[in-house]
Amino acid sequence: MSATAPTSRSARSGPVEPVGPPDGSAATAAAAAVEVRGVSRRFASRSGDVVALSDVDLTVRAGEFVSLIGPSGCGKSTLLRLIADLDRPTGGELTVFGRPPHVARQNHDFGIAFQQAGLLPWRSVRANVELPLELHGTGRAARRARAAELLGLVGLADFADHRPDQLSGGMQQRVAIARALAESPSLLLMDEPFGALDEMTREHVQTELLRLRAESGAAVVFVTHSIPEAVYLSDRVVVMSARPGRVREIVPVALGSAGDRTEELREDDQFFDRVRAVREALHGTDPADGTARGVDQR
Amino acid sequence: MRAAGRWREVLAPVLLGVVALLAWQATVIGLELRPFVVPSPTAIGEQLVDHAAVIAAASWSTARNAFWGLVIGVAVALLAAAVSAAVRVVDEMTAPLVAAAAVVPIVALAPVLYTMFGANAQTARVVVAAIVSFVPVYVNTLRGLRTVTPVHRDLMRVYAATRRQATRVVTLPGALPFFFSGLRVAASVAVISALVAEYFGGPVDGLGKAITSAVSSSNYPLAWAYVVGAVVIGLVFFCATLALERGVLHRGNLRQRP
Ligand SMILES: Nc1ncnc2c1ncn2[C@@H]1O[C@H](COP(=O)(O)OP(=O)(O)OP(=O)(O)O)[C@@H](O)[C@H]1O
Ligand SMILES: [Mg+2]
Repeated sequence: MSATAPTSRSARSGPVEPVGPPDGSAATAAAAAVEVRGVSRRFASRSGDVVALSDVDLTVRAGEFVSLIGPSGCGKSTLLRLIADLDRPTGGELTVFGRPPHVARQNHDFGIAFQQAGLLPWRSVRANVELPLELHGTGRAARRARAAELLGLVGLADFADHRPDQLSGGMQQRVAIARALAESPSLLLMDEPFGALDEMTREHVQTELLRLRAESGAAVVFVTHSIPEAVYLSDRVVVMSARPGRVREIVPVALGSAGDRTEELREDDQFFDRVRAVREALHGTDPADGTARGVDQR
Repeated sequence: MRAAGRWREVLAPVLLGVVALLAWQATVIGLELRPFVVPSPTAIGEQLVDHAAVIAAASWSTARNAFWGLVIGVAVALLAAAVSAAVRVVDEMTAPLVAAAAVVPIVALAPVLYTMFGANAQTARVVVAAIVSFVPVYVNTLRGLRTVTPVHRDLMRVYAATRRQATRVVTLPGALPFFFSGLRVAASVAVISALVAEYFGGPVDGLGKAITSAVSSSNYPLAWAYVVGAVVIGLVFFCATLALERGVLHRGNLRQRP
């Protein structure tokens, strides 16, 4: 999978001050993929300030799959954007692989998939997948090979020369995921990437994502509104509450490694058990703080 | 099936045109209309054939003015839009000027311009066509350059793309359709303004001049024959821009950027 991964990650990233370990590798020893410490984000608006996030703590270990779930407006997207350095916190501190988010971004340490596929409509599917490689100076042949490999992985090998608007929404979303995986990032950020898919396609793509992740060993921060989806995919589920956005509870899933999870798991008692645990956390009667629920409070 | 559709696409308007011409001819003959009211298609056709060379020369002269006006107007518009998109202050300073250029009937400037550039030169006509075609191209292209969807902007930021890369990969391709809709408008107004500018003075060649002189010597079918020439130029300009748009946008869609 990583055979054609770019070898000189930090060498061609534009006007960047050299940072991090000299070899430029993403995962420094023992550094967590994401470390969030007392982070707040307040939006000033004419009708008063909105506290999107208030004092959020979260650690995502390297290789770990963590889902963010919570009511609409609880700050899930905001948190993801802070990690991706698309926004800055008004309080607290974040690190990505032990470095400030903007450094991680300049180092191409993470890939991202938004709720909208966000493909460039004037480029072919292949050229869309090649985009990050092209921007970071990977040679033409290597780019092509990598794109072909990725499109094969997401089951779209036959659509490489199509334009995005010739694809269904679910297919476009898979192209976006292939694009996010293009540089074999050690961290994948995904904001409701399957939100627009029908249930069948969704389950199919979930299984695909598990497989891709088992192969790449990347850490994933995954925003979703679906409890079964969160449970099926994650090592831990972060349950958030709104106004102000806080982490209410973190539910460990512990249903085995990504590679071991199969479609049968969806029928498993343990699976339903975890779904119930997340649902209870989500609808918890003690919104002030979710302590003393007998679950992991990391 | 597809070929049949193609044929129908071409055949239907042609058939409609033929029917309309027949009806026109019948009306002129049936009502015994005088030529200054409206000449018959056959009368106009006769003039077209008899004076083919002069009509072509006049059309060519007007078309040339319109073309150079369009080229200059578009070039300046693209440059100005690029500068305005990059430097906000420039945009704010020039906005009132552009608004003025959009509302002032530029052809009305023609007499002044003839004095400025000399009544024997075509310059005034070219300048009029240039100013008139500048406006739609500038306004549309600038809007296109400004319209980068938030998700694409985020994407460029996540990939730490340089400003140059973001411009090449996202901003310019996104602005192309806007540019072309501006160009389509510009192409037709360039022809109209170059022709109308001839009514206000300048050298004696060109369709506008030819139409006025044909009318003043009461040769109405010939005047109409010149009008046919104007219609042909307009169509040529329109089809050329359309072909350019199709060519560029289609190629852009599937091209692998090196
Ligand atoms: N750019 C912004 N300016 C002002 N307020 C914002 C901005 N972005 C987010 N907010 C506010 O922050 C809060 C959290 O927004 P966010 O998009 O993170 O929610 P979310 O959990 O992703 O919701 P959803 O599940 O509906 O996507 C909301 O109340 C929203 O109004
Ligand atoms: Mg959101």
